[in-house]
Amino acid sequence: MDVELKIQRYDPERDSAPHWETYRVPVEPMDRVLDVLTRAKELHDGSITFRRSCAHGVCGSDALLINGRNRLACKVRVEQLGKSISVAPLPGLPVVKDLVVDMDEFFGKYRSVLPFLVADEPEGAGERLQSPEQREAYDDTTKCILCAACTSSCPSFWAQPEYVGPAAIVNAHRFIFDSRDQGADERLEILSNEDGVWRCRTTFNCVDACPRGINITKAILEVSTAIGSRG
Amino acid sequence: MSSALQAEAGQIDVDAIVVGAGGAGLWAALELAREGIPTAVLTKLYPTRSHTGAAQGGVCAALGNVEEDHWEWHMFDTIKGGDYLTDQDAAEVLAREAIPAVIELERMGLPFNRTPDGKIDQRRFGGHTRNFGEGPVRRSCYAADRTGHMILQTLYQQCIKAGVKFYDEYHVVDLLFEGGGADQGGRCSGVVGYKIADGSLHVLRAKAVLLATGGYGRAWRVTSNAHSLAGDGMALAWRHGVPLMDMEFYQFHPTGIVGIGILLSEAARGEGGYLLNGEGKRFMETYAPKLMELAPRDMISRAMYQEIRAGRGIDGKDYVFLDVRHLGRKVIEEKLPDITDFARVYQGVEPISEPVPVQPTAHYAMGGVPTNLETEVIANAAGAVVPGLFAAGEVACVSVHGANRLGTNSLVDLLVFGKRAGKRMAEVCKKTTAPTRVAGAERAIRDEMRALSTRPEGVRPAEIRRALADVMMEGVGVYRDEALLANAVKEIQRLKAEYQHVRVEDTGSVFNTDLLEARELGYLLDASEATAVSALARKESRGAHSREDYPERDDVRFLAHTLVWRGAGGAPATKIDYKPVTITKFEPKPRVY
Repeated sequence: MDVELKIQRYDPERDSAPHWETYRVPVEPMDRVLDVLTRAKELHDGSITFRRSCAHGVCGSDALLINGRNRLACKVRVEQLGKSISVAPLPGLPVVKDLVVDMDEFFGKYRSVLPFLVADEPEGAGERLQSPEQREAYDDTTKCILCAACTSSCPSFWAQPEYVGPAAIVNAHRFIFDSRDQGADERLEILSNEDGVWRCRTTFNCVDACPRGINITKAILEVSTAIGSRG
Repeated sequence: MSSALQAEAGQIDVDAIVVGAGGAGLWAALELAREGIPTAVLTKLYPTRSHTGAAQGGVCAALGNVEEDHWEWHMFDTIKGGDYLTDQDAAEVLAREAIPAVIELERMGLPFNRTPDGKIDQRRFGGHTRNFGEGPVRRSCYAADRTGHMILQTLYQQCIKAGVKFYDEYHVVDLLFEGGGADQGGRCSGVVGYKIADGSLHVLRAKAVLLATGGYGRAWRVTSNAHSLAGDGMALAWRHGVPLMDMEFYQFHPTGIVGIGILLSEAARGEGGYLLNGEGKRFMETYAPKLMELAPRDMISRAMYQEIRAGRGIDGKDYVFLDVRHLGRKVIEEKLPDITDFARVYQGVEPISEPVPVQPTAHYAMGGVPTNLETEVIANAAGAVVPGLFAAGEVACVSVHGANRLGTNSLVDLLVFGKRAGKRMAEVCKKTTAPTRVAGAERAIRDEMRALSTRPEGVRPAEIRRALADVMMEGVGVYRDEALLANAVKEIQRLKAEYQHVRVEDTGSVFNTDLLEARELGYLLDASEATAVSALARKESRGAHSREDYPERDDVRFLAHTLVWRGAGGAPATKIDYKPVTITKFEPKPRVY
């Protein structure tokens, strides 16, 4: 079987604006979009450019806008899409070349929420205790792979690029609700500013986009509630 | 022609350089930051994309949280699992230091699964036993089936906290040496980095350089490895006169998704999963009656091939079943969520109600750049240190894994030796003077990359890469013999000659993945040649190296590590030497489970 693969192309050294190119690519039923992109690069044009690494949905390199939805190219099977596939870079982020976007600001926002355990107690000899229930409180948000599918699917982020975005809030949540952490106040302060959690309009785009199945809107609501209950 | 490749190279002076930002590189960087050593971490990805993040099942440490355990048992299992090729002093370091390393990770915030009383929970894993082989022991500390993801995240988080300087998406394309290559007593003095965003070259000088670049699983057609795992660090060191050690020992993990090789963690068997042949029988009964499905990986992969050859694959085909149905929905969804998702997404199989088709997949290099216990790279069988050059994690060969690595010990290795690397590098930086600046240090690599990107016609990298993957799969797989290996060596050398005419289509400066993939193919060819040449020379069967023409282990001739050097100017590799195995506590015995 062949599919028609449309790729949004842009080479800053040649093009003044992005444009679409179409390629006919042979596929196998179990192929994923990443396989199709790779084959188009091999068969048609070696300059087709995209990021990829693990190829099974755990490294977060290949989040793309695929047939109108943000997904990982290595996690979408061709048979789920039909004979016509369109692939564009993640929306709302600066395009570097073809399907590659500039991730620096995205990671900057991640770093802005203190994404590390804050615990001042003196170094003890052994492990700290944490009950299975305490651990369960933040289990969901430990799954994040920082692929940016959520943040770049968010209409609030498109409208206000200063918005810290769902991915950063997810990573703040991961520590705020960790019983071992003592940095919640500082993180909640950061997230209560005008570019923090209040920009969320609960459109659930992020939940739909997350390749890890994280209930992001729930996490954002839990953070908002924690800010509210600080008084 | 890429204009950025012609521009003057950037110059950066630091004390220490870490190449690669997986678990080993990140922990080394963290130790260096703690010691106040100015350090640059270069990664061709973003750190969180590193392949440590794909590790699933757990990290073993004899904490004894759920049942009696001792580091001596872990040490013994590691040595026996490695078919006695493991250096026993290294295995002792591994097993002892695993315990504080895991505790430190917990203190850094790693979200381990917990016991009802709040301690780090532990589960069974292949080859890990109580009391020197009596039966399985619960030693693997885990975070669901995404332990590697949590290790990578936690170490990256701590590096952010410590202010580590990252050069994201910088591809290291060469090592710098002064006073000759490693084989001439030279000192490693830095690296040349290629900035992927704009194609510019940067010369980074340092007193200590750590290779933490991972393995080269992409040499095989069916592999669990990320596309980025092309043997970069091994090939770069090899090109500067460093030998590669024990490359013939390459692990095939038994439970890969059929055809595409994505891994289904050994944790599935640690939790009690079965392997079934076409007759519905738990065939490991025949091969390892005591440990059954928790026998070491090399034995299980061979058993699967034997069953398939005897016509007992599923419907006579080339795979068997991994069956977890009897564990029940709760265990499957809570303890094995990711691999359940993999089976659903990539095979369309529902593990709760169906058995999952699996076959062996290329997974892990036991061999690599030889080092001593302090992670210093060594240049020969006598253990002469290459000043300034260090290696840790899968790229390195200490050797803790010997002829076959046990499950979880890859994570233990990168934690223990990543940390050791950072500490040792900090000591070296404090007592060493900076290397001298040399004009045009990047000239050789610039010319090489220019030639690659301006060749008007020639063969495309993908063609050679596919041919190589087939050669390695057919000739240097689970079972080997003289004819297969001799042919593989010949074919790899033919592909290396063809690679001299490889052509890159993308001639731009910005994010030129075509050029980088062509470079990576060169690394793969080097690592593959070292593997096939070493395998051909080892006329015995030991651990993951199974010769059908030499089915027995031969401790008289081959209780030794292989060292292989690259041929001068890219000529075929012919120089081989053997380095004695360090034996301290456990005399080699027949390996039965």
